Amino acid sequence: MDEKRKIYSVAELNRAARLTLENGIGEVWVEGEISRLTRHASGHWYFTLKDEAAAVSCAMFKQNNASVTFAPKDGLKVRVLGQASLYEPRGNYQLIARQMEEAGKGNLQEQFEKLKAKLAAEGLFDTDRKKPLPMFPRKIGVVTSPTGAAVRDIINVLTRRFPNLGILLAPVTVQGDGAAASIARAVGYFNTRDDIDLLVVGRGGGSLEDLWAFNEEIVARAIAASEIPVISAVGHEIDFTISDFVADLRAPTPSAAAELAVPVKTELESQITRLAARLGGSLQNRALVLREKIPGFRQTMTQTLRAGLQQRQQRIDEAALKLTHELKNSVRVAQQRLPGLQQTMTHRLESAVAERKQTLRRLEVQLRALSPLAVLDRGYSLTQTADGVVVRDADAVKPGDRIKTRFAKGTIISEVKEQ
Amino acid sequence: MTEKTVDFEKSLERLETLVREMESGELSLEQMIKHFEEGSKLVTLCSGKLNEVEQKIEKLVKKGGALTEEPFETEQ
Repeated sequence: MDEKRKIYSVAELNRAARLTLENGIGEVWVEGEISRLTRHASGHWYFTLKDEAAAVSCAMFKQNNASVTFAPKDGLKVRVLGQASLYEPRGNYQLIARQMEEAGKGNLQEQFEKLKAKLAAEGLFDTDRKKPLPMFPRKIGVVTSPTGAAVRDIINVLTRRFPNLGILLAPVTVQGDGAAASIARAVGYFNTRDDIDLLVVGRGGGSLEDLWAFNEEIVARAIAASEIPVISAVGHEIDFTISDFVADLRAPTPSAAAELAVPVKTELESQITRLAARLGGSLQNRALVLREKIPGFRQTMTQTLRAGLQQRQQRIDEAALKLTHELKNSVRVAQQRLPGLQQTMTHRLESAVAERKQTLRRLEVQLRALSPLAVLDRGYSLTQTADGVVVRDADAVKPGDRIKTRFAKGTIISEVKEQ
Repeated sequence: MTEKTVDFEKSLERLETLVREMESGELSLEQMIKHFEEGSKLVTLCSGKLNEVEQKIEKLVKKGGALTEEPFETEQ
């Protein structure tokens, strides 16, 4: 009989039990309350999931719990997706948890849609809230994990495009417990500085759980409140997060964010060089055009002057000619009239002279008749005082006065003797 | 956005306007010379601004409760 008995070692039993559990039940969603949660130094989590009737030991390994989007604690009701299994060294039955959601909150997709609708209703995604990006940011704040491809890609692309650029990294946790708060804090911090022109907020690709921090309300509100323009760059092209909707610009990947953040310096330089060339060129062109016009101007000016001069000359000539002609005419007329005039003038002179002579003679006769001297001729004499006053009355003189007596011929002076 | 980046954009825009106006052929020679002088200054200003920033890649670190900056090297 003994030979036919199948004897298991303990290890074999436990293995068989594990396989039976794993194959028989497989991966299932289990809802319960967390208790006796231990976060081990190794990064693994150990806890008990229980409800009113029963309890089961659970393990959630580091690589899985990193994507839990909230902080689990004792008493919290959760939904766990896990594999029923058995820890062979001890023979303990347990659930190996792969995902964890808060019970009552709905699944992540539902939470995403709910928050998106809520923020959209608040107007946080409106186009007119979007700030324009600076053309040439001098210092860029980068909010991402300090390790991994995303930060490397961002810095490489930024410095390739614009070698002299300020980049300040805020190293944050981008997934798991506390990630959302640390991202929101970094965005807020950059806004307290005055040297940051642009923010790039993001991370590389991952599962919906990995990217979850960028779907949290606290991050969305920090980005919406940012005075500094924000480019969000989360995951791959196909991943859309709430951060993408609320940011001023969504970049499909972290590298693309860097492309959108800064211009290519050499392109800006050649743009300036081209403008400088056009600036100088247009002035030079104008100068050339003007220079070409100068000989033309000179000719036109000379012609105009010459024509003006000629016209004036002609007018002067005409005037001179007319004047000469008129002068000649006047002279001729004068000459023709001259002999007649001479005769008339002689006549007039002669008769005027004769007339005057006659008048003179008449006057002479009249004068002579009136003159006292004519009376003297007839034997009268004229007595005057020494002052020349004619004496008509003997009382006008007194003895001793000298008087002058005029005769027809000659004068005597005598003294009055008596009256 | 800091004042200086706005300066750069405005300067570049102004430069473009000046060039366009000069090329329109509608300016007098005197205006063109004025535009040219202003434009030349803007060219110097803009090229200067492109080079005034020095390359600096840093990360924030917490030291004694306060945030400071130290050089950041990416692992390649």
